Amino acid sequence: MNAILLSAIWGVVMMFSGIFTKSKTAIRNTAIVGLVFLLIANFEDMIGNHVPIDVHKMLFFDTFGLLGNSIAFASTLLLVLLSGRDMEKVGNNLAEYFALVFFVLCGVAIVTTFNTLLMLFLGIEIISIPLYILTGADKRNLKSNEASLKYFLMGAFSTGLMLLGIAFLYGASQNGTFFIDDLWTGGPTVAAKPLFMAGLLLVLVSMGFKVSAAPFHFWTPDVYDGAPTVFTSFMATIVKVSIFIGFVRLFEEGFGDAQDKWQVFVAIITAATLFIGNVTAVFQQSVKRMLAYSSIAQAGFMLLAVLALNSVSKQGMLLYAAAYSVATIGIFAVLIRMKDYTFEGFNGLARQQPVLAATVTIFLLSLAGIPLTGGFFAKYYMLSAVVSSGHFLWLVIFAVLCAAVSVYYYFRVIQAMYFKDGDGTTEVEPGAGFKGLLVVLAAVVIILGVCPQSLLSILSKFPYTW
Amino acid sequence: MIPVLLIFIPLVSGLVGFLIKNEGNARGWALLSSLATLVISLWGLTVAKTSPLLHTNVAWLPDLGSRFAVGLDGLSQILVLLTAVCFPLIFVATWRDQYKKAWNFYALMLLSQAGLIGVFVATDALLFYFFWELALIPVYFLCSQWGGERRIAATFKFFVYTFLGSLLMLVGIIWLYWHTPDHSFSIESFYGLRTRVSGQDQTWVFWLLFVAFAIKMPIWPLHTWQPDAYEQSPTATTMVLSAIMVKMGLFGVIRWLVPVLPIGSWAWGDTVSTACIIGMIYASLVAIRQDDLKRLVAYSSIAHVGLMCLAIFATTTTGMQGVMIQMFNHGINILGMWIVIDLIERQFGTRKISQLGGLAQKAPGLAILLVVVALANVALPLTNAFVGEFLLFSGVFSSTATQYNVVFTVVAGLSIILSAVYTLNMIQRVFFGNTNALTERGVDIKANEKLVLAAIVVLIVVVGVYPKPMLELTKETAEMILTKMNYKL
Repeated sequence: MNAILLSAIWGVVMMFSGIFTKSKTAIRNTAIVGLVFLLIANFEDMIGNHVPIDVHKMLFFDTFGLLGNSIAFASTLLLVLLSGRDMEKVGNNLAEYFALVFFVLCGVAIVTTFNTLLMLFLGIEIISIPLYILTGADKRNLKSNEASLKYFLMGAFSTGLMLLGIAFLYGASQNGTFFIDDLWTGGPTVAAKPLFMAGLLLVLVSMGFKVSAAPFHFWTPDVYDGAPTVFTSFMATIVKVSIFIGFVRLFEEGFGDAQDKWQVFVAIITAATLFIGNVTAVFQQSVKRMLAYSSIAQAGFMLLAVLALNSVSKQGMLLYAAAYSVATIGIFAVLIRMKDYTFEGFNGLARQQPVLAATVTIFLLSLAGIPLTGGFFAKYYMLSAVVSSGHFLWLVIFAVLCAAVSVYYYFRVIQAMYFKDGDGTTEVEPGAGFKGLLVVLAAVVIILGVCPQSLLSILSKFPYTW
Repeated sequence: MIPVLLIFIPLVSGLVGFLIKNEGNARGWALLSSLATLVISLWGLTVAKTSPLLHTNVAWLPDLGSRFAVGLDGLSQILVLLTAVCFPLIFVATWRDQYKKAWNFYALMLLSQAGLIGVFVATDALLFYFFWELALIPVYFLCSQWGGERRIAATFKFFVYTFLGSLLMLVGIIWLYWHTPDHSFSIESFYGLRTRVSGQDQTWVFWLLFVAFAIKMPIWPLHTWQPDAYEQSPTATTMVLSAIMVKMGLFGVIRWLVPVLPIGSWAWGDTVSTACIIGMIYASLVAIRQDDLKRLVAYSSIAHVGLMCLAIFATTTTGMQGVMIQMFNHGINILGMWIVIDLIERQFGTRKISQLGGLAQKAPGLAILLVVVALANVALPLTNAFVGEFLLFSGVFSSTATQYNVVFTVVAGLSIILSAVYTLNMIQRVFFGNTNALTERGVDIKANEKLVLAAIVVLIVVVGVYPKPMLELTKETAEMILTKMNYKL
C-alpha cells in the first residue's frame, strides 16, 4: 500500500518540480530520492508497517508481490542512476518524464498486488498510458512517433480484449465476482461454462500482448526500436517483469485449479514466443532491435513459470525478474552511449573501453544463461519448475534448444567487442561513476549466479502480515 | 581439502594472472601455479584412500539440495593427475610462443584448468554442471582471441555444439533430480536412481545426458566441430582441448551416465557402440587423407576416443580399467604429438605435410622423440598405449553385454592398422626423404622442448613397462562402476 500511495504522490511532486526549478540535476536528484523512498516504503510494507487503509481485499500484499515491487523499484533506481543523464537528452520535459515513470511504478505496484480483476485492469492501464507517452517522448523523431501511435492503437485493442474477458469471467463466476480467488468457487461447473474459458483466453491473450508473447508480439520490435533507448530499457525490463508477476499471480490465484484446461494454450504461446524471439533475433543488424527480440525470447522463458505454477516457479520468477532486469539495464545503459547501434558499432570496444566491454560480456553471458551468472539460475528455476510438474517435457527440451540459439546473437556482441578490429566507442568518455556502477551490477549478477539464495531466502524470510 | 586446493589454486592464480601486465612474469606465474597444482595432486596420490583429506562437502545451495561436494577416487585421481601433469608441460613446451596480451592468455588457461579439475572432482550433479560450463568459457575466449584465421567461426561452432549438449544435459540432470527421493543432487542419490527410474524412462533420459558427453568426446556423427576447432585454436589451447577436455565426455559417461541409468545404457549399448565403430573407421580413413598435421591428429583423436567409449559400453572390468588408464595415456601421447607439430609450425611456418620432408637430418632429437610418441600412438608394445588398448580390446572381446562382441572387436581392430598407416605415413613424409628448400634451414629443438618431450617419453615408457600402480589405482572404482552398471542387482 505504501508504495502505491508514495509513487502516485511522488509522480505529482515530480510533475510540479519542473515549475520550481529548471536545473536538470535537481530534478534528477528528486527522482532518485523518490525512488529511494519508494524502496524504503516498500520495505516497511514487507516488515509489517503499513499505511492503515482498508482496501476491502481489493489488493493483497504478499511477499511475492512486494518482492516483485522491490525488484521493480530497485531496477528503476539503477536505470536512473545509470542512464538518468541520457533521459535529459530525449527532450526538454525531464520533470514530466520522471512523473510518468513514477505513475508507471504506481501501476506496477498495483499489478503486483491486485486481488480483483478490476485492480488488475486499473494497474495495467496505469502502466500503459504513461508508456504510450514515453514512447513518443522524442517528438521530432518520426520513428518515435510511429512507435507511440502503433503502441497506443495495439494497446488499446488489447485493453478492449481484456475488459471483455473480465466481463465474461464475471458472468461465468457463480455469484458474479471480480475477486480472483472466488472466480473458481463452484469448481468444475464454472469451468465447464464456455463463458469461463472464453474469458480466460481473452485475458490470456491480452496479458500475452502486454508481455510481448508470440503471436501477439508484433508491436514489440517497432516500439522498442522507435522509443528513446532509455525508455526502451525501462519497458523491456521493469514493466515487462512486473506484468509477469501479475500474470503469475492471476493464473495461480484465479485459474490455478483449472490448470489442465489452459496449460496447453500457454504451452503453445510459450513455444511460439521462444521460437520467434530467438530465431528472429539472429537476423538483426542493430543491437537495439536484437535486444527487442531477445526480450521476446526471454519472455518465452518467463512464460514457463506461468505454465508450471508451483513454488519453484514463483521463486524462479523473482530471480528471473532480478537477473534479467539487471543484465538488460546494464546492456542498454552502455548501448545508449554508443555512437553506432549496429553490431559493427561494437567492433573493437574492448580496446577502447575495457571496463564497459567486460561488464557487458558478463551481462550477455547472464542473458544467455551461462553458469556463474544470475541468468543461469533464473533459467534453471524455470526449467526445474516445469520438469517438477512432470508434464510438457517437450517444451523444456524445445526451450533449451532455443536457448542454444540465443547464444548466437548474444555472442555476436562479444565477438564484435573482443575479436574484431574496429574503433567502436562511446559518444563521450563515460565517467568513473558510470563505470563503477556497471562493475557493481556485474558483481550483483555474479553473486546471484553463485548463491541465488542471497536474494530469495533472505528476503522471503521477512515476517509479513496484513 | 585436497580437491578444494586443486580447484582454487588455478582459479585464484588465474584471477590474479589478469593483473600481471607483463608477459614474462605472467608466463612464470602460470608455470608456478601449475606446478603447485601438480604437487598437490601428487600429494593426493600418496594419502590413504580413506583419508578425509580427499573429500570436502560443505553447504552451498541448501534450498536446491545441492552441496559443494568434491572428492577424489581412483577415476578422478587419474584424470586430475593428467590435468596437473599436462598444464606445466604445455606451459614449458609453448614457452617461446608469443601472444598479444599474454597475461590474459595465461590467466584464461589457468581458469580453464580450474574448470577441468572441478569437473573431475565434483560429486554433486549441479556442481558438476557448473564446472562443465566453466571449463568451456575460458576456452572459448582463448580460441577466439588467439586462434587462426577462421577462428571466430570455428570456435563458435564448437561453442554452440557443446553448449547445446550441456543444456540437454541440464534438463536430464533436473529430471533426475526431481526423481531422487530426497531431492538432492548428490552422487549417492543419483546412484540410488538406477533402480527407481523405470526402464522406459531410462531409455530416453539416457540420450539427454549422452548427447552432451558424445559431443564433448566426440562420437560420430557429432564430431564435426572438432577438426575445425583443433585446427584454428592456438596450439596451447588445442593441447588442453584434446589432451584433457575430450576426457570430460568419457569421464561424464563413466561417472554420471552408466551407473545412474544402467538400463538405458544397456538398451542403447549396441547403438552407441556401432556409432563408435563407424566413427573410428571413418575418422581413421579421413586421417589418412589429411595434409594438415593438426587435422590429422584431430581425426586420429576421434578414432582413439571412439575405442574408449566402445569399451565403456562393453561393461567388463578389464575394459573399464582400460578406459581409465587409456584416458591418461591418450592425453600424454596426443600432447606429445601437438608439441612436435607446434615445433614444426613455429620453425617452418607451415603444417602441411606436403611441404615438409627430411626433417630427421636437420632435427634428429625431434625425430627420435616423435617416433617414440608416434609408436605410442599406434599402441606398440612397451608403450603406455599398448597397455591401455590391450585392456580395451580384451574388454570388448570378452563382453557379455552385447552379442556382437566379436564383430566389434574385429572391426575396431582395423582402426589400429589404419592408425599405423596414417601415423607412419606422416613420419615418413615429414621426417624422412629428401629435404626441400623450406626444411633445408631446419635446426634441432631447444633444451626446454627436449625436456618436455623427454618427460613425455619417460611417461610413455614407464607406464608401458610398469602399469601396475595405474591398474591398482583404478581397480576399485572400475569395479564399483560395474556393480552399479549391473541393472539386475
